[in-house]
Amino acid sequence: MAELEELYREIILDHYRSPRNKGELASPPALRAEGFNPLCGDEVVVTVDVNGGVITDIKIGGQGCSISQSSASMMSASVKGKSVEDAQATIAIFKSLMSVHEAQLEVSDASPEEQPIDLKALGELAALQGVVKFPVRIKCATLSWNTLIQALGDLPS
Amino acid sequence: MSKTFDVAKIKKDFPLLERTVHDRPIIYLDSGASSLQPHVVIDAMSHYYATTHANVHRGVYSTAEEATILFERSRQVVGAFLGAVHPAEEIVFTKNTTESINLLANSWGATNLGPGDAVVLSIMEHHANIVPWQMLSARLGFEIRWITVDSEGFLILDDLDALLEGAKLLSITAMSNVLGTINPIRELAARAHAAGALIHVDGAQSVPHLGTNVVADDLDFLSFSGHKVLGPTGIGVLWGRRELLAAMPPFLGGGGMILDVKTDGFLAADPPQRFEAGTPPIAEAIGLSEAIRYIDTIGIDEIRSHELHLTTTALDALAGRFGDSLTVHGPGPGAHRGGVISFTLEGVHAHDMAQILDSVGVCVRPGHHCAKPLMRFLGVPATARASFGLYNDEHDIEVLLEGIDQAAKLFT
Repeated sequence: MAELEELYREIILDHYRSPRNKGELASPPALRAEGFNPLCGDEVVVTVDVNGGVITDIKIGGQGCSISQSSASMMSASVKGKSVEDAQATIAIFKSLMSVHEAQLEVSDASPEEQPIDLKALGELAALQGVVKFPVRIKCATLSWNTLIQALGDLPS
Repeated sequence: MSKTFDVAKIKKDFPLLERTVHDRPIIYLDSGASSLQPHVVIDAMSHYYATTHANVHRGVYSTAEEATILFERSRQVVGAFLGAVHPAEEIVFTKNTTESINLLANSWGATNLGPGDAVVLSIMEHHANIVPWQMLSARLGFEIRWITVDSEGFLILDDLDALLEGAKLLSITAMSNVLGTINPIRELAARAHAAGALIHVDGAQSVPHLGTNVVADDLDFLSFSGHKVLGPTGIGVLWGRRELLAAMPPFLGGGGMILDVKTDGFLAADPPQRFEAGTPPIAEAIGLSEAIRYIDTIGIDEIRSHELHLTTTALDALAGRFGDSLTVHGPGPGAHRGGVISFTLEGVHAHDMAQILDSVGVCVRPGHHCAKPLMRFLGVPATARASFGLYNDEHDIEVLLEGIDQAAKLFT
């Protein structure tokens, strides 16, 4: 089935089999947040070190399916070393990639506005776009991202 | 008095089995979450709406009388299915098993439990038979004690008498929705009573598949859901012994549950109306009784033999095909287990397993199955669960194995 192959791309399976930045940073000083997907029991723990406005380190703990784990792994690789501002921009693009289609799950007369998404800016994260054909799995893909937002929300503004 | 069990004919009774997913015939292996409905159930409900619908216990016009008769007759059918002695007084219609247990906790529990008391649960309970007691315990300060399970998934009952000492209630499932373990309910009831406790049985998994007799098992309360027993969603049942229900205060307040209301108070109706505030699920009660009639024409014992055969076949086939890479969480084949098979395949998360199975048309449930304390106890974050119904056959097992094969290939 073509859609299934699109969902389980090799790069996703690679991140699932060899997750990057696995583990947990000492908190404090690291910012820490936990996320849960009650549907499938996935749990994720995101710890981030932020120094001088830059994400100097990030570790991902917990367990879950290939989509949640690979998305978390790719996210960690993508935001590590970035300024918080740049990381937040990536989060926004990724979330928009997922949220356009999340609207399918909601009852609404208004058709979701299709905004062009900068897939290039997402790099290998774009591989996760196959997920949107499986609306239930979007929550798997966004779990770690929402947890990162939560962790960064603890930053003193 | 063996009846012929013709699964090909039975399949034809379930319209949903005619559809395809991803261009493949649907293989429904999620009856543990919700069963499918036969034509007769859907038709009975539709016929009721088209010809008879009116509110019950109120009007005097013809259709209102007819609706009331159909609704009350459903109580009789449900009561007979459970072996209840006084169905007209003992069968309470609720929304589902969850609401039945919340009713029990908030009515019987809130009246009878306090500091120094204890309720005994097992670690294999569904959240529906855990959280209501935890919520009540936070309010009233009684203790919750836990029966644990051994490595095969059987209850450890050696220390049950100690757990029951001073307890007022044992609330326990007759069959685990994760492990498939069938618990020795008659023995548990006897031991609870010997300790001076009552027993409530969560029959959500057992009533649809095993046959139930609340009198022979000497139970005090039993809950189950309509939608797992070939009936519709939106209806559940709490059966309670007449004298126990008679002593319980109302749960929800409103119309239908009173004898009289004045500005300074109300007088509650007798059971079961006392516990059925508001317009009840009338069409659903009619659908449920039709589902039970359908089961009766086939025979619950015949259904059980068929499902036991499928379970044994599937367990043997899984072990033969996948060996040690596949773990079944629960007892091995035999009469001590029901048709629920929770499994994990090495290197494949349950959620991915379920997704790949969907691509070949197979419906299974991934996750924690609303039994997180058990999953923690077993140290398993998630399993995929295939569960059988009377409409499944050996071909369904073959497609399940084909799907698991594909998952194994993709992930290794």
